[in-house]
This record gives sequence, structure tokens and C-alpha cells, in this order.
Amino acid sequence: MNPLPDHLPDHPDRLWRSAEPKRSYDVVIVGGGGHGLATAYYLARNHGITDVAVLERGWLAGGNMARNTTIIRSNYLWDESAGIYEHALKLWEGLEEDLGYPLLFSQRGVLNLAHSPQDVRESVRRVNANRLNGVDAEWLTPEQVKEVCPIVEISPDVRYPVLGATFQPRAGIAKHDYVAWGFARAAADLGVDMIEHCEVTGLDVRDGRVTGVRTTRGPIAAKKVALAAAGHSSVVAGFAGVALPLQSHPLQALVSELLEPVHPTVVMSNAVHVYVSQAHKGELVMGAGIDAANSYRQRGAFHIIERQMAAALELFPIFARAHVLRTWGGVVDVTPDASPVVGLTPVEDLYVNCGWGTGGFKATPGVGWCYAHTVATGEPHPLNAPFSLDRFTTGRLVDEHGAAAVAH
Amino acid sequence: MLLISCPWCGPRDEAEFHYGGQAHVAHPEDPAALSDEEWARYLFFRDNPKGLFAERWSHTAGCRRWFNIVRDTATNEIHAVYRVGEPRPVIT
Repeated sequence: MNPLPDHLPDHPDRLWRSAEPKRSYDVVIVGGGGHGLATAYYLARNHGITDVAVLERGWLAGGNMARNTTIIRSNYLWDESAGIYEHALKLWEGLEEDLGYPLLFSQRGVLNLAHSPQDVRESVRRVNANRLNGVDAEWLTPEQVKEVCPIVEISPDVRYPVLGATFQPRAGIAKHDYVAWGFARAAADLGVDMIEHCEVTGLDVRDGRVTGVRTTRGPIAAKKVALAAAGHSSVVAGFAGVALPLQSHPLQALVSELLEPVHPTVVMSNAVHVYVSQAHKGELVMGAGIDAANSYRQRGAFHIIERQMAAALELFPIFARAHVLRTWGGVVDVTPDASPVVGLTPVEDLYVNCGWGTGGFKATPGVGWCYAHTVATGEPHPLNAPFSLDRFTTGRLVDEHGAAAVAH
Repeated sequence: MLLISCPWCGPRDEAEFHYGGQAHVAHPEDPAALSDEEWARYLFFRDNPKGLFAERWSHTAGCRRWFNIVRDTATNEIHAVYRVGEPRPVIT
């Protein structure tokens, strides 16, 4: 476990210049969140493509990148998922150096608790699957869980007793805003234009090929258009007549007031449904499942928060006197198999990266790397090939509802 | 928290209901006649509009009956509640 930093780094005045849109670009990225910024960076760094614009309807990284619970892990069940998430985790491990920017990346590990015999069987299976894929994973008994995280309640007398947990020591958290700013600064230094307050209102398609975007700041021609719009992916893809198997839902999170350090790791629980870590400053950061109904509103229903707090108290009695300071929501795009859609579309030169639903933050550098390759070469990167749009027709789904760890 | 007017029980909290997704999606008459693309479309693809959406709800903690709602997903405003089998109301 990393010690908490003595002080937070100072911010320079300007990390990137907000550019005026040019009339044309080699690549236009729609969505200036973590994925869009990482894609822009790796397009420039790995492929030498610097005539790139990142279009953001609000301000950079003000959507789900500002709203997630910052958890990073790669302990997914299937080979395809382990491939892309472990690639991301390896990049995380060198990212501060690569970007030359502090990200407060802290590998404090993650516990995924098991509360029933079936949970135990699935968890042990997942540990074995992880190890076969070179992902660090251990199965812990309740007593070992207590050693890693002393504040977890392991009494057998609670409604959902902890029967054990999977543990990924290399997992952890990072400061989400710094991640976005680090990518934005590095991409801008390589010549990428960051264009804020520029909403895409249409896509121009001629003879089955995308030729540009229409925006609130005028039309912009593009040789290639890469969508990275998270919860609004259906809307922007719809401009080109591309249907995506997505449903947009609010996903809520919350923080407590600042507390002394009591929680040294990250704890997730599917059965009672809460995930908790403690940020560097001291606030407890918690998330739960999505709100059931489709919505593009960045707020959710209170009963979700209520159930989440009940779950948190069951697992962590010590939180009984903590206060909920703030709750918020983001709009996440959920797929039928809880895996993302990354790759080509039926429209030529139009690429899609969406469907990360509740788990996009941890993938940020990995998907940026692979999506940049896909856009630059016109062919899916081997790590995102399994996540193509046509898997819903072929039936080769990547069913990660178990390891996604967030109720869908 | 939505306030949903069950056609049988009246206005109740969202917590009493179960969500059923898009309404008016008919099961294909002859699934065997469909192409893989058509079957995939029925199985996995649902509308996801930012705006008016006709959707199914069930009053699971009350009368347990299913009904339909037209709701604006951009504002959460509920424009119409109607019974299963009735056509989608035209919202002007």
C-alpha cells in the first residue's frame, strides 16, 4: 500500500489551450472524456497522427470522467476482457512517468466479497481464470479479508456474511481529474486541438462514408470520425443511422465528509451491492448499481442511495456516524452482455467506442491505446477485436455481468 | 425518484415498481424465418432515445400488473400512462 502523499501537486495555470475549430482534420474525436483524450494522445504518440480534434459539448472531462469512483482493476473473468483490462493496468503502472504528470495512482488492491456458496464458487473460478491470464489474483478467507481491510465486518451473524473474497493486489485507484488533464496536456503538446463547448449535432455521410461532423460551432470536415461519447453514444451514432445495442442509465455515486484514513484498500460487493474506497483527502467514495429506468438525466433516485448505505453499514459498521456529503450521477451506456463495443461501424471511416457502461474509467489508457490503433489503421486492434459490433449477430458475446461488479 | 401513476392503484413511488424497458416490441411471428441480423436486432437492440420513450412498468409492490408509460428520458417527465394493448398515445 502506498503512503498518502504529503501534499497535492500544484496546478499550472494552463494545461492545454482551448482551440478554435479548424475547417477540417484527419481525425475528429467526438467526446472529450477520458477515452477520447487517451485516444487522441495515443493517435499522436503511437501513430504520429496529430491533425486531430477532440470535440466536447461541455468542458473537457466534465462528464463521467468527473463522476466515476476511480477504481482500477483487471480481474475480469473472460480472456477477452482480461486482455484489454490487463493491458490497461500495465499502462496505468507506467502512466505517470509516460505523461509526466502526477495521477495519484495507488495500487492498494481490490477485494471482491463473496456472500453465498455460489459467490464463493464463482469467485474461486474467477481467481483461477485470472491467473491463467497472468492477472494477479488470490482467494482470501474471511480472516484474511480482515487482515487486508480491518474495518470489514466478518461476523457470521449478519444477513450477508462475508464468506471470503477475491483479492487483486495490483488494483487500486487514481485521481480521475488528473488522469484527464494529464492526457489532455500531453495530447495538446503533440498538436491535438481541444475544442470545448462544441456539441456535435449531425454526421455527414456520403456514399456510405463519413465525411465530417456538424457542430454548434459550424461544420468540420474529417477523414475519420471516432465516437467516444459514453452515455450519448446512441444519439451521436444515430446521426449516421447506426444503431447500437445500448441503453443509457443514470449511475450514482457519493462521498462522505473527510475522515481520518480507515480504509486501506478498495472493497466491492455484488450481493449487498456497494463499492467503497477512501480517497487521498479522506472522503469515503461509494458507488452502487444503475438506476433501473433509462434516462439521460445526470441524477438518480434516492432509494438507490438508501439501499447502498444500508449495504455499506452492513459491511462497515464503523461508517454508522459518517455523513453523506454529496451524491451525483452520470449517464452510462449499458450493453446486453456488460462488455464494451469498440471498433468499426457499417459506415466507413466512422468508429465507435461505447458500451463501457459502469466500468469505463479503469480501461482509459488501454482503450485509448487500442482505439487509436483501430482508427489509425482501419483494423481492430487484436485486444478490441472481440468487442466488435457484429458479436451480437454472431452470438460471440463476452458476458461479464459477474465480473462487472455493478448491477445492470 | 419518479412518481408513477399506476392505472389501477394511483400515484406511487418509483421504488414500488419494476422496470421493463421498451414497450411495443413484438416477438417475431416466425423466428426461424429471420436472418441472424434480424434476430440480433430483436434480441439485443432497443431504442435508446434522448426524449420521448414508450416503456413498460410493473407495479410489483402493489397490484403486480404491467402497464405502459410515455416518458421523456431527457427530463424524466411522464407524459402518458396507458394499459397494455392500448396504442401508444400521440404526445403533442
